[in-house]
Amino acid sequence: MNKNKVKNMLLDHIIEILLVVLIVGMTFASPTFLTLSNILNILRSSALKGVIAFGMTMVIISGQIDLSVGSQVALAGVIVARCCRDMTSVGSTAACIIGIIIAIVVAILVGGVHSVAQNKFGMPAFIITLASQNLLYGLAGMICEGFPIANVFPDWFLWLGTGKIGGLIPVPAVILLIVFVISFFLMTYTTTGRSVYATGGNAEAARLSGINVGRTKFIVFAAVQVMCVLAAFMNSAQVASGSYSFGKGWEVDVISATVIGGASMDGGIGKPWGTLIGILFLGVINNGMTILNVGTYMQYVVRALIMAFAVLVSTYQAKAKA
Amino acid sequence: MSILHTENISKQYPGCLALDKVTVTFESGKVNGLLGKNGSGKSTLVKCFSGAITPTEGSFSLDGEELHFSNPQQSYAKGFATVYQEMSLVPSLSVTENIFLGRLPKKGALIDWGKAHHMAKEILDRIGVDINPKERVSRLSMWQCQVVEIAKAMSFNPKVLMLDEPTSSLANNEVECLFDVIRELKKQDIIIIYISHKLHEIPEITDTITVLRDGKFIGTINTEGTTHKEIVDMMFGDVAIRSRPEDIKAGEKTVLEVKHLSRKNKFEDVSFELKEGEVLGIAGMLGAGRTELLKSIFGADPYDSGEIYVKGEKVKKKTSPIVMKSYGLGLMPEDRKSEGLILKHSIKDNLCYASMDKTSHGWLEDKKLRNQAADKQVEELEIKIPDINAAVSSLSGGNQQKVVVGNWLNTQPAIMMYDEPSRGIDVNAKQQIFEIMWEQSKRGVSTIFVSSELEELLEVCNRILIMKGGRITGEISPDDINVNDLYTLSMGEE
Repeated sequence: MNKNKVKNMLLDHIIEILLVVLIVGMTFASPTFLTLSNILNILRSSALKGVIAFGMTMVIISGQIDLSVGSQVALAGVIVARCCRDMTSVGSTAACIIGIIIAIVVAILVGGVHSVAQNKFGMPAFIITLASQNLLYGLAGMICEGFPIANVFPDWFLWLGTGKIGGLIPVPAVILLIVFVISFFLMTYTTTGRSVYATGGNAEAARLSGINVGRTKFIVFAAVQVMCVLAAFMNSAQVASGSYSFGKGWEVDVISATVIGGASMDGGIGKPWGTLIGILFLGVINNGMTILNVGTYMQYVVRALIMAFAVLVSTYQAKAKA
Repeated sequence: MSILHTENISKQYPGCLALDKVTVTFESGKVNGLLGKNGSGKSTLVKCFSGAITPTEGSFSLDGEELHFSNPQQSYAKGFATVYQEMSLVPSLSVTENIFLGRLPKKGALIDWGKAHHMAKEILDRIGVDINPKERVSRLSMWQCQVVEIAKAMSFNPKVLMLDEPTSSLANNEVECLFDVIRELKKQDIIIIYISHKLHEIPEITDTITVLRDGKFIGTINTEGTTHKEIVDMMFGDVAIRSRPEDIKAGEKTVLEVKHLSRKNKFEDVSFELKEGEVLGIAGMLGAGRTELLKSIFGADPYDSGEIYVKGEKVKKKTSPIVMKSYGLGLMPEDRKSEGLILKHSIKDNLCYASMDKTSHGWLEDKKLRNQAADKQVEELEIKIPDINAAVSSLSGGNQQKVVVGNWLNTQPAIMMYDEPSRGIDVNAKQQIFEIMWEQSKRGVSTIFVSSELEELLEVCNRILIMKGGRITGEISPDDINVNDLYTLSMGEE
C-alpha cells in the first residue's frame, strides 16, 4: 500500500525528478553549466517558445491543437515591422503601437476563425490550423514582400527582447514567468480554467451541464495566438527585424514542452506547472548539448528520443491509474 | 447432453471474498439464468469460466473433466465462449469479417472470400437469422449486432455460451428478435448461461434461475411457477421494494408548459403541463421520441415550432442548456458515460460542473463552496466513494448515476428531467434514485421521468403521459392501470 503510494508519487513527478537529475549531471559534466549567467541564458532562450507553450497547454487541455503557431510568430513580426517602416509620419512610437494593436487583433481573429470552424462546422482543429499555418505564412511573406524588414523598431520595442532588468535578468525570462503565473492562475482558480478542463474532458457532457463550450474554445484558440504575438515581439526585438521565415517549425518544440509536461493529447488533463517543467527540461537539454558540443543533427535525435520517452511515461501513468 | 459443474469454488481478492464456496450445476439444452445484483459475484464466476481469473479455491468441470484455466485462450480451446454487453464489433467491417476476425479462411496468401461468406452464412442459418454476411456492421440494427456477436461466439463451436446482459442496449421489440435466436440455440446441445439485471425478461427466456448474493450461492430454481417476488427475495434478501409515499402530490402552480412543440421526424405537436412538485412520467419505447423531446425542452437540441413556458414566462426560441439552466431546468441524460460525466475527472469536479456559477464569485472559484457542494451531495445521495478526488470512472454504475444527479441538484433546479435513469444499475441503486426523486418532489422540485421500463413509472409517478411515434397519445393515472395494460398502450397499434 505504502509502496504503491511512493510509486505513484514518483510517477507523478517523473519529469521534475529527471530535470533535477539532468541538472546535477550537467553540473558535473561542465563547470560552466551551473553559473548564473548560463541559467539566465537558458531562461532567455526558452522564453519565446515557452510563452506559446502555455497557450498551447490550454488548447491541448481543451482537446484541440493549433499547428499554426509558428506562422503567427512570423506574421505578427512582419506586421509590426511593416508599420514601423511605413508609418513614420505618425512618429515611430505611435507607428509601433499601431502595429502591435493590429497584430493582436489579427491574432484574435485567427483564433476566432479556428474556434468557429471547429465548433460550428465540426472541422478538425488539426486540419484547419494546418491550413492556417500556410495561410499566415503566405500573408507574412506578402506583407514583408519576401525580404526581412530590419532596423525599423524604436528602442523601447527592442528592450522586449534584449533588455535586462537590474542589468541582469533578461526581460524575456521575466515575461515567461509572468505568463506562467497568469496561466497557472487562470487554469487553477477561475471558472474559465474549469470550463477548459471540462470541454476537453467530454465536450458533450460539458455542453449538457450548461457550460459555454463555444466560448471556451474561442478563449483558448485566441489565447494561444496572442501568446504567439508576444513571442513574435520578443523574437523580432532580439534580431531587430521582422521576416516571414521566423517561427518556422516552432510548433514542434511548443507541443513537445506541453506533452513532456504531462498534458494529454486526448484533452481534459494537463497543468501549466508541468508545461513550465517541460520548457525548462527542453531548455536545459538544448543548452547542455550546446555546451557539450553535441552536433546539430544529434541534437534532433536526442530531442526525439526525449519526446518519445515523455509520451511513454504519460501513457504508462494513465494506465497505472486506471 | 453436457454438464458444467462447479465444486466449492471461491475467489479471494485482497480484502474481499468475491465468490464464497459456490457449488452449482448448469445443463445444456436450457437457458440457465444467472442473477444477482452488482457485486454478487456473478461476473466473477463468469470470469473464472472464461479464463480471465483463476479461482483461489475449488474447481469446476465440464462433462466430468476438471478444468484449470490460466488464460482466456485455454478457455476458448475447451469450448467456452462469452458474449459481453459492450459490443466488440468493428462497425466498418462486414459481418463475415467480424465473425472471423483474425482468422479468415485463406487460399495461399490470399483471403478466400467465397468460402468466408459461405461459412458465415452457415453459422447465421444455424442460429436462424437472415442477415447478409456481406453487409457492413454499421448498417445493422442493435439486435442484429448482438446476433452477430453470438454468431462470432458460435463460430468457435462452443459447448458453453455465456451471454452477459445481451439486451442492455436493445429496444423492446428487438429483445423479442434476440430471444427467438436464443430459443433456436437452445435446441442445440449447448449450455447457455444468461446473465441479466432485467427482472421482467428472466421468466420469459430462462428455464432455470441461479441466484448469487454477496458471493454466495443462494439457490437454483425452475423458472416455471416462480413469481417475480420470489426472485427479488432471493436476489436481495429482505430489502423491501418501496412504493410511492402518500405525500407526493402535485401542487397547484404550473411550472412548465409545453405547447404544440414539434421537431421534424422526431416528435410532433407535443403539449403538456407540469405542476410544482409533480413527478410526471413519460412512457414510451425506444424511438418514440422521448429523449429527443427532453433534449429540445432542455435547449440541447433545436425544435421547429411550438412554445415553451417556464413559470409563465415564454422561453425564447433560440435557446441552449445555458439558458434553460438559468430557468431552473436540469437534465440527467440517457447515457451517463458519454453525456453525463467527465469520466477522467474527479468525483468532486463532476459534482460541481453544472453549478459552477454557484460555487464561484464571478470569475473566481471558491474552493470552500466547491467542497461543501460536493460533500453535501455525497452525503444526501449516499454516494459510496473511496475519495472525493478519485476519478468518477472508478465508481459503480449506480454511484456514477448519483453523481450525475448530484451535479444537477447542486444547481438547485426547479425542474429535473431524468432520461432512463435506471439503465444499467442494480435494483437497489434504482430504488435510491426513485427516493431522490420523491425527496426532491417534497421540496417542491418538479420531475419529468422518462423510462421504457414501465413498471418503474407506475411505481414512481403521479401521472403518466404515453408517447408513441413522436406523439403524446394518452394520459393516465398510475392507480388506474396495471403494467400489462400500460405496455399494451405504449407499444400497441397506431
